[in-house]
Amino acid sequence: MSQSPDPVIELRDVVKSFGPQRVLDGLSLAVPRGKCLAIMGPSGTGKSVILRHVIGLIRADSGLVAVEGRDVAKLSRKDLSALRKRMGFLFQEGALINWLSVGENVALPLRENTDLGDAEIRERVQAKLELVHIPDAWEKMPSQISGGMKKRVGLARALITDPEIVLYDEPNAGLDPEISQSINDLLRELHERLRVTALLVEHRVRCIRTVADEVVFIEKGRVQIQLPPHEFFHSDNPRLVQFLGTDPD
Amino acid sequence: MSLLSPVTSIAEGIGYQLELLGSVAARLHHVPGRARLVADQVYQSALQTVHVVLVVGLFIGMIVALQTGIELARIGQQDQIGTIVSLSMAREMGPFITATILAATAGSSMAAEIGTMSVSDELAALEVLSVDRVKLLVLPRVVALAIAAPLLTILCDTIGILGGGFVAQSQLNVSYQLYLDSAVEALRDPARILPLPKDVYGGLFKAFVFGVIVALIGCAAGLRAQGGALGVGNATRSAVRDAIIAIIITNYFITWALYQS
Ligand SMILES: Nc1ncnc2c1ncn2[C@@H]1O[C@H](COP(=O)(O)OP(=O)(O)O)[C@@H](O)[C@H]1O
Ligand SMILES: [Mg+2]
Repeated sequence: MSQSPDPVIELRDVVKSFGPQRVLDGLSLAVPRGKCLAIMGPSGTGKSVILRHVIGLIRADSGLVAVEGRDVAKLSRKDLSALRKRMGFLFQEGALINWLSVGENVALPLRENTDLGDAEIRERVQAKLELVHIPDAWEKMPSQISGGMKKRVGLARALITDPEIVLYDEPNAGLDPEISQSINDLLRELHERLRVTALLVEHRVRCIRTVADEVVFIEKGRVQIQLPPHEFFHSDNPRLVQFLGTDPD
Repeated sequence: MSLLSPVTSIAEGIGYQLELLGSVAARLHHVPGRARLVADQVYQSALQTVHVVLVVGLFIGMIVALQTGIELARIGQQDQIGTIVSLSMAREMGPFITATILAATAGSSMAAEIGTMSVSDELAALEVLSVDRVKLLVLPRVVALAIAAPLLTILCDTIGILGGGFVAQSQLNVSYQLYLDSAVEALRDPARILPLPKDVYGGLFKAFVFGVIVALIGCAAGLRAQGGALGVGNATRSAVRDAIIAIIITNYFITWALYQS
């Protein structure tokens, strides 16, 4: 996959430290159009940090982070904003705006950035809430819902503008198996039918098997292993066997 | 470097606040579209503050009446108490006391609310969604306090003047009517369209500026908050402290501009 001539997302030799702690240490990966690359690795290895680089929330100390061939760190505010409008981002903790209801959280990008009328916005938001199986949640406040439900609201909000590129930070965390499976089907459908390009940080083997085209294993700030899921989960690499053996699912 | 670093960080903070003020000014035309958010903020800040303004304003008026009344009585001028209380409330005490209370209530809760959003990734979410956070969070708060501060100041002035009257009557043997007459007379200026003197307008102008300062510093502290609950606490504390310092310094310069010569 990294040999792809036209990657939509590309990180090359990215180095990032927070104070004395070097989190990314020459990390490279690439995601071709319409593909989904899953990222696995022990917690605290910088998986979320990678996603934040791609959407321009964090700048690398050195190396290149490019989306559709354009260096994210060099984009003007306006171009970055235009790029972000074509991307969806699911935060690890959902990051719902705490003083807006579930419905208004999902509606926010439409209300702030488009001229759509209220009826049209309500219809679109309701459709997304149904897609993530929370059709009756509109009026609820973020403080009243569970972690798994926040995740689904965050997913609905990430998808509300029908983005071409989506970054998921552990979409399955906190979901029960049944909901989890249908979310996985949804993710798969997004990139099979709509050719969405995705980076997926995930622990659950089943999710990765359903959704991802390839998996990278990250440790010590670099990609250690990159394989398609069926090979990845049957690899006899001792480190991987150890890691997968201790992982839930 | 270690000696200079507090100076550079203060300069950096002020620079950030001024930049934020510029961003707010550039978005003022969005206020009509945000009327509901502004109204919410006016309501919230008034609700948090009004009882404090009433109590503190009342006692400040009583203190001013007592302090000056004792001296005035010594020279047989106690019928001037009303004049002095009303002018000092309108010019100085009303706006300053109101702004200080706003800093401790509305300003600190702005820092806490926005700071909480900052440390829980909500501000990052707004950025990722390309939602303008100045327009959504800062503009309504600044406009709200620019409106609420003068209104609360009028309340503070009024209750302070009334409080001064209690003291004048009960402690200094000045009849309430005489007190009130001199207080009202001092706040009349028939030469103007609204027959109020420069003292009142000047005081309300101060309140307006203080309101903007409190909201701006509160929002700036919140936006820059980092590092969990501790960071939110720091943001709140520095917002109150910096707002009070800024109010006092600005107060001097506005007073100087209004009353020199
Ligand atoms: N903004 C930040 N400031 C300081 N340290 C950070 C920041 N973001 C992440 N880190 C650190 O980087 C490391 C990787 O974090 P993260 O990407 O969240 O890990 P994970 O792989 O579990 O998603 C952690 O040790 C974390 O403390
Ligand atoms: Mg993470």
